[in-house]
Amino acid sequence: MQSPAETPLRLLGPDGRRIPNDDFDPWVSDITAERLAELYEDMVVVRRIDSEGIALQRQGQVGLWPPLRGQEAAQIGSARALRSDDFVFTSYRENAVAYCRGVGVEEMMPMWRGTAASGWDPYEFGMAPPAVIIGAQTLHATGYAMGCAKDGADSVAVAYFGDGATSQGDVSEAMVFAAAFRAPVIFLCQNNHWAISEPVSLVARRPLADRAPGFGIPSIRVDGNDVLAMMAATRWALDRARRGDGPSYIEAVTYRMGPHTTSDDPSRYADPAEHDEWLQLDPIARVERNLELNGLHSVHEVASRTADAVAADLRRACLELPDPRPLELFDHVFTEPTSRVLRQRSQYAAYLDMLGEER
Amino acid sequence: MAQKTLGAAIGLGLDGALAADDRVLLMGEDIGRLGGVFRVTDGLQKKWGADRVIDTPLAEAGILGTAVGLAYRGYRPVVEIQFDGFIYPAFDQIVAQVAKLHYRTRGAVRMPITIRVPFGGGIGAVEHHSESPEAYFAHTAGLRVVACSHPQDAYWMIRQAIACDDPVLFFEPKRRYWVTGEVDASLDAAPPLEAARVVVEGTDATIVTYGPLVATALDAALAAADEGISLEVIDLRSLSPVDFDTVEASVRKTGRLVITHEAQQFGGLGAELATSITERCFTHLLAAPARVTGHDIPYPPSRLEEHFLPDLDRVLDAVDRVLGRANSLTGWTL
Repeated sequence: MQSPAETPLRLLGPDGRRIPNDDFDPWVSDITAERLAELYEDMVVVRRIDSEGIALQRQGQVGLWPPLRGQEAAQIGSARALRSDDFVFTSYRENAVAYCRGVGVEEMMPMWRGTAASGWDPYEFGMAPPAVIIGAQTLHATGYAMGCAKDGADSVAVAYFGDGATSQGDVSEAMVFAAAFRAPVIFLCQNNHWAISEPVSLVARRPLADRAPGFGIPSIRVDGNDVLAMMAATRWALDRARRGDGPSYIEAVTYRMGPHTTSDDPSRYADPAEHDEWLQLDPIARVERNLELNGLHSVHEVASRTADAVAADLRRACLELPDPRPLELFDHVFTEPTSRVLRQRSQYAAYLDMLGEER
Repeated sequence: MAQKTLGAAIGLGLDGALAADDRVLLMGEDIGRLGGVFRVTDGLQKKWGADRVIDTPLAEAGILGTAVGLAYRGYRPVVEIQFDGFIYPAFDQIVAQVAKLHYRTRGAVRMPITIRVPFGGGIGAVEHHSESPEAYFAHTAGLRVVACSHPQDAYWMIRQAIACDDPVLFFEPKRRYWVTGEVDASLDAAPPLEAARVVVEGTDATIVTYGPLVATALDAALAAADEGISLEVIDLRSLSPVDFDTVEASVRKTGRLVITHEAQQFGGLGAELATSITERCFTHLLAAPARVTGHDIPYPPSRLEEHFLPDLDRVLDAVDRVLGRANSLTGWTL
């Protein structure tokens, strides 16, 4: 393996040309031009989901949206490497991962529209609800992975987190536990260079991938805008985990091309020149160039049609989400309602009745 | 039935839970080879293996956070927080993750995690080793909070806490770990986990307490009886939810309420009990409820803790106050 401090692993250049790599080419030898076109379509679709989410927020239909533009390859390349019996624990910016796990557009929106605290059944998709407290989910993934090992299963847990999360104690503790118990977990750090307005340079004097070896965890730095390299690195880490070799750490070096969330204003802190540099490294454009070099010319039109259809579904699903009934407030606080919850529920029901309101 | 210390009764309960369900795991610092700093888990790693009685790294957030992941995977982790004051590094995982995941996922995810916490003072310890943080957790929806006070309950309650599909904060009164009592190792006669228990019946005033101060309240009842005062003592057992029905029934009978706990007074369990019982039986109360608690200060150095911890005389003084007796020394209303 390369040393983390070296140039990030890249298999597909910004000009669309394949870059041979003896160590990692075998991990993506099955990715034909047709398979790459599928990954391309995934990225086009999630970029379209993302822009629709922003539009819905601007139109007042959802309260908040965390854009992922620029991080499509980091998420699609890694998530498409997983099996359905693997389990992912993410932060809130991983709508592309959710898309890959099969989460439907109607389940993606309730959290952002505010009709539910989370949208999908974690066990149906092998994906926990997004963690908003930064880094908390890395411990959950590690614990889940400890359970996989205990069960003798070769399932793997993946923790997605950002560069900002690497400051949190939970992330360090997760690596301590993962190393101590040889847990089959992948730490997938998307270094998008920003923790809201704070640059990664504030918290990291060295590449983030350098931290893991200190915990006894092998790590790799990857061009996070290269979908092929992301898939190869994730497959390498998955293989290690399934073999019983324990945790791995992947630093996906990428760039958040938009705000932290729709509440944010990057013009106050981000350098436009830096933004333009990263624009040249766009994860979707380089795959399109590669596919064109391979004679697949109409990929953009085909993918765009799919993306438009998914976006229309997303918009419709979002607008059709019913408001929850008021008394759903009291559901699922405990597995069986306590007398306290039942008492407050019945008191509030009587209050609504008094006002003649639906409950 | 065997005579056991409270600590050994919890250990017996853990042993029984490990035997009853192979998804039960114990996790914590020093719980394996050492058997825990209070020896509650003594011998369990030897019997059940290091895979089920797990010595963890020294990282409280790590212990709770990985327990969340294990619960996702179908395990029932029982974690030990070595001392009350060490629970704060794990606070986020407990109140923001463990407590909420069932609600957030509309019931899809269960967090049957038991969090054992030796709590309270009275053992002459250094700082961070004598705290009573129960109100923080009772304040958080989605957590059950219980405190045991004697060996039989300790055994029953730890078994019930581990079997419960909700997360349970299980507070163990560390200065009572060595109190002995009869322990019936069956679960047949166990009252529900959320039920309070009337320990001693009486007619003149009700003392509500839990954990380490149940013994103090019983001492007070004995002492008061010498003066012809009949005190009813209620061991709350469950701090969230509280069995208000049992307390209400008692206060309707006695007309007077004294609440005592070691934790600081402001925003403590006593405030909730006094308010809720006043709401429920205002017209039956013959005096305002009185609270006997720790002062609103950080837990003091051990040479001062006797002045912090509610004791027999402070409880009796409060009884005098609610009875309107002239020999109340203080007339405190705090």
